[in-house]
Amino acid sequence: MSGYEYPRFTPEMKKTHKILIPNMAPVQFRLMSAIMEQRGYMCELLDNCGSQVCELGLKYVHNDTCYPALLVIGQFLDALGSGKYDLDHTALIITQTGGGCRASNYIHLLRKALVKAGYGQVPVVSLNFSGLEKGSGFPITLTTIRRLLAVIYYGDMLVSLKAQTEPYELRPGAAAEMQERWIETIRGWFLADKGWKSRELRENMPKIAADFASIPVKRVPKVKVGVVGEIYVKYSPLGNNDLEKFLAAQDCEVNLPGLMGFVQYCIYNFSETARLYGGNVFTLNASSLLLGILEKMEGVMIDALRQNGFHAPMPFRELVRQADGVISTGDKMGEGWLLTAEMVELVRTGYENIICAQPFGCLPNHICGKGVINRIRSLYPEANITPIDYDPGATRVNQENRIKLMLAVARERLEEREAEKRLKPVTEKPELVKAV
Amino acid sequence: MVRVGLDIGSTTIKCVALDERDKLVFSDYERHYSHILEKSEELLRRVCDSCIPGGRAKLAISGSAGMGMAEAVGVPFVQEVFATRVAANRLSPGTDCIIELGGEDAKILFLSGAMEVRMNGSCAGGTGAFIDQMATLLKLSASELNEAARRAEKTYTIASRCGVFAKSDIQPLINQGARTEDVAASIYQAVVNQTIAGLAQGRPIQGRVLYLGGPLTFSDVLRACFDRTLGVSGTCPPNSLYYVAMGAALYSDMEFDLRETAVRMGERGKTASYRSLPPLFASREEYEAFRARHEKARVNRAPFPADYEGRVHIGIDSGSTTVKTAVINESGDILFTDYRPNLGNPVPLIRETLLALRRGHPKMTVGSVTTTGYGEELAKHAFHADFGLVETVAHFTAARHFLPDVDFIIDIGGQDMKCFKISDGAISDIFLNEACSSGCGSFLQTFAQALGYGVEEFARLGLFAKHPVDLGSRCTVFMNSSVKQAQKDGATLDNISAGLSMSVVRNALYKVIRASSPEELGRKIVVQGGTFYNEAVLRAFEKEIGVEVIRPDIAGLMGAYGAALYGARHADGESRLLSVGELEGFTQTTRSELCGKCGNNCQLTVNTFSDGETYISGNRCDRPVTGRADTGELNLYEYKRRLILSYKPVKGHRGRIGIPLCLNMWELFPFWHTFFTRLGFTVYHSPMSSRSLYLDGQATIPSDTVCFPAKLAHGHIRMLAKMGLDAIFYPCMTYNLDEHLGDNHYNCPVVAYYPEVLAGNCPELEGVRFIYDYVGLHRPRDFVKKAYEAISAAFPDVSRREVQAASDAAYAEYARHMEQIRARGREIIVRARAEGRRIIVLAGRPYHIDPEVNHGIDTLITRSGAAVITEDSVSSLVDKFPTRVLNQWTYHSRLYAAARYCCSQPDMDLVQLVSFGCGVDAITTDETREILQAGGKLYTQLKIDEITNLGAVRIRLRSLFAALDERQEEAE
Repeated sequence: MSGYEYPRFTPEMKKTHKILIPNMAPVQFRLMSAIMEQRGYMCELLDNCGSQVCELGLKYVHNDTCYPALLVIGQFLDALGSGKYDLDHTALIITQTGGGCRASNYIHLLRKALVKAGYGQVPVVSLNFSGLEKGSGFPITLTTIRRLLAVIYYGDMLVSLKAQTEPYELRPGAAAEMQERWIETIRGWFLADKGWKSRELRENMPKIAADFASIPVKRVPKVKVGVVGEIYVKYSPLGNNDLEKFLAAQDCEVNLPGLMGFVQYCIYNFSETARLYGGNVFTLNASSLLLGILEKMEGVMIDALRQNGFHAPMPFRELVRQADGVISTGDKMGEGWLLTAEMVELVRTGYENIICAQPFGCLPNHICGKGVINRIRSLYPEANITPIDYDPGATRVNQENRIKLMLAVARERLEEREAEKRLKPVTEKPELVKAV
Repeated sequence: MVRVGLDIGSTTIKCVALDERDKLVFSDYERHYSHILEKSEELLRRVCDSCIPGGRAKLAISGSAGMGMAEAVGVPFVQEVFATRVAANRLSPGTDCIIELGGEDAKILFLSGAMEVRMNGSCAGGTGAFIDQMATLLKLSASELNEAARRAEKTYTIASRCGVFAKSDIQPLINQGARTEDVAASIYQAVVNQTIAGLAQGRPIQGRVLYLGGPLTFSDVLRACFDRTLGVSGTCPPNSLYYVAMGAALYSDMEFDLRETAVRMGERGKTASYRSLPPLFASREEYEAFRARHEKARVNRAPFPADYEGRVHIGIDSGSTTVKTAVINESGDILFTDYRPNLGNPVPLIRETLLALRRGHPKMTVGSVTTTGYGEELAKHAFHADFGLVETVAHFTAARHFLPDVDFIIDIGGQDMKCFKISDGAISDIFLNEACSSGCGSFLQTFAQALGYGVEEFARLGLFAKHPVDLGSRCTVFMNSSVKQAQKDGATLDNISAGLSMSVVRNALYKVIRASSPEELGRKIVVQGGTFYNEAVLRAFEKEIGVEVIRPDIAGLMGAYGAALYGARHADGESRLLSVGELEGFTQTTRSELCGKCGNNCQLTVNTFSDGETYISGNRCDRPVTGRADTGELNLYEYKRRLILSYKPVKGHRGRIGIPLCLNMWELFPFWHTFFTRLGFTVYHSPMSSRSLYLDGQATIPSDTVCFPAKLAHGHIRMLAKMGLDAIFYPCMTYNLDEHLGDNHYNCPVVAYYPEVLAGNCPELEGVRFIYDYVGLHRPRDFVKKAYEAISAAFPDVSRREVQAASDAAYAEYARHMEQIRARGREIIVRARAEGRRIIVLAGRPYHIDPEVNHGIDTLITRSGAAVITEDSVSSLVDKFPTRVLNQWTYHSRLYAAARYCCSQPDMDLVQLVSFGCGVDAITTDETREILQAGGKLYTQLKIDEITNLGAVRIRLRSLFAALDERQEEAE
């Protein structure tokens, strides 16, 4: 059937085609594009936004499909229709997790939409680690993987540093400027194929953290908010109505758990699947080998953050255990147990005010998001979690109103805590007091 | 210093002033009709005049519509739930729980224990706006609704999730002649259910309960309804309307000059901006040309004098909100038309019209009477009409009269929308709005009314608006807040009116029809339905679609006209219609009773007419009508149910184990029953789903947007927990069995992991051994190992060898079960073919055989004479084939395979059941449609959820059958 044929991204296209990248996690993706450029691909990170993106999505994708699919596809179509690109020499790249969530189908929805919209000639590259789409996959070699992992860590770290500095900086804009500088610096390293070796990470990460630590700040008590959720709406300002900016305007410190957690989660699930349902020893070993490599890189980042006085995320090994007693690590669709574990981590490390963001009707989050809040609250009464749904119809007013409610409670608790402290100055609050 | 609080809600503004001792010295409230700034300004001035002569006071703003304004004028904003809490702590200390219903908000606050606040999210069901909307539908004021509900004798099931759905529940009740009093009480009960299900989410509401907000303040019946359902006796305190405003006042700490603030509010209205669209008409001339063009689409009319002697045909369209009548002569010219709003019960209106016709034209011969629309059956029985015609066919017949080669018809009525594509002279594709009425007329009307206008006047406002508001395309309920935001941003009414017209059109195109390009719809388009009299909507439609369309001058009467034409074509001799005398003596009595002839216990509405004829509605089968039970012989759904229920508990020595009969258990119960019986357990399943079982468990549902089959699981767990079993077993299953039809064999996330949700949210599971380990049946050898680990952890004396034997037996039983289904499927096909019946593959998931989930759609199909088989009975008859989507869920692979199989069978058609909220089906429906269309088949999708409204389903199915008949006739 000819309808089932689609253009492949052939190796020759590397020279002729420009690859458009949808914008999900802005910092991490900017760094990632440097790797692709270094490998000889022409690429561009899309930053087009606005109502027409969503409208194009609504027009060409089934409206009950999740919001991220509408946005990603809408963003592509908007770009292709802008006249900025030579349509015969443009390709698109999209990630595919291969899990049981409908997100694995984005690429097919995108291809259907491209045909409908008259861009049938545009090939789509699948970025995945599951062996899907053999003909159109982005060739992933071991060295590419190492570079990718390194930029994700750099990116996560830059996001975390800025988030922990910006609310307290004395000169507004200082942290943002510094982040921008470092993004360019790191991009420069990767374009020169540098900066990704362990030795270089060990050298660079403390430097970056120290640089941020040098920004003059006044550390006053502020409401600390953690953001978890479906990966796209969690990170993408397009998807979450610029949530970070809104929270900043509300005078909060925001903790957006890193992208690497998701990568580790995916790797971990390979072995967990084999453990739960049986499978070959090879998967088990490969999975733990990879996690071992990551753990080393992760350690470097965590040390760099801690040693410069910043809050660092939990090592993945510990993060996995946070799900204990709340949800099984067998839940591996969408963000699965990771989302739950991140909520528990946040609650236990002082970010007990949490926004759990998901597209309206997100299937996995019925389970690992909204489904576990009750249990987390009963284990950690201080947890102040609000689930927020994002979709084309939900207005910002409604979302912000709900967030403000969560913040009002958070502020009240913060004041109570501060008042208590003034009454009887306690010693430093011990971290992780609660046993699982 | 005096402290002032403003509470700007979705429909009203409240203002209070408190003196130094927190005594209430001023309170006032007003509906703002979206004139937020003006009304706030006015109220601030009033409070100054009344008790703050100097004008200086502390001020804070609260309320769902107040946030943006507060920011803009620099007044502190207090989140409204938070404000409520502040007020309650001060004014009603010791309160445990607050239930507050507002215009568009519903909230529950838990004050004692872990403080928690719950608000309605993206759903405005169960709120004041909902109650208002329903009251309007019943033609009652809010207080009349309360009074009516007081006299109720019983309640019906009404969904309050969304006004749209509730309407489609209520309208049939009204059409079927249910008592207003009972409907009124049902509305309140729906609000209560919605509030508890949507907001309490498992947390018990108990102790001292406080009722706040407009609806609860004004309706004591609603309060009583909450009391009864919750088993509490809540109180509605003095000033219950003003808690939010008082909370804001109590919380205020910044001082303002109120008069000066009022001035700033006034100025602010002029500076805001919003996203706008191009105007509908660039100029007067453009408008005039547009009018002139549409003037031309006129149907022939002929005089209809009192001494008219010819033969006439009458078409009656008893729609959801209106009753329309058309009388034509033999050549199709219109003699008479009538269009009137349906005041709850259409029967007296139709009688009046018919009587007037008969009396006014005593010499005419009535050749035929044809009824169509929602009230088709009722009207047909009441007045002895000759034909009943499904409304889609009626509309098509009429449209063809205007434009013989029409290829697309869109009919937008009060609350329903019908679109169909025509190819080769037959209806090829039908779109009905089931999930959404945002593309319909009643929305515009409700909105116009809310803003204080008549609908025509309101629409006219928008014709020449310069900057129509871009409101996007989305559900009615959400539209309210979009409009609210636009108004806040300073959009004027004319621009809002134009924007609403445009979004009605976009909803129709992109949400209901889901067209991606106008070309897809065809180029010969007839638009009809009362909504298209609205020139703004008509223009918006033409602009959006880029084609000049035909709008007949009888756009609102097309159903009735089509019905009359149909009658003219099929009638011979004289109509059976009641005579003048019979019409004069016509009476209708309505009573409601429980059928009681089977476990369904349908709530029947029995209409008895003066000539003794009765019309029964509300029945799921023909038993109350014919007295005979459906044998279900040509219904594979029925067979599957019987198979599942045939697995009875067998006394075992190890203990009693319970399995919830929900989601995948509808298919795997034979497996697990055998498995545990072999291990020496007595295996019970929870009872069949029912409404009360659902309501019993609804308080523990954490996510109100999850699909209905999953929600039912909570009720099943509750029933099992009451049985005092040794264990409840419901495993998590990432993977399903691999049937080698797809690229993978996942379960959807909800089927896979719902036991996790139950474990975390059902308090009744505390103290019960709930085994919900992750198991995989797709690897039988590993399964034994894992199952042994899981079972022996709970029952240490179980041996590995026993598990091995039980597992072997279970796999064998499962295989036998599935083979039985396939075998019966083959039998049904053979028999149906022998009897010349159509075969419908009613394709869904295993849990769609649950009658509470499918609402008896399977029997509805067999009642219409077709045979019903399942997707899993034919899916094994095709080999794996490539699909354009990732084919990775076992259940959905069956669906694609079944669709593919249908394409090879001329007498077989597929109807897909889709549960509302099933995200996976957003992908499968398009793919299934494409597979079927590639094979030259019609695609029919039925969206179902907790609501038992078979009206739309029936239309769909009848249209499908009509289209199939027509295709067949042509082929012959």
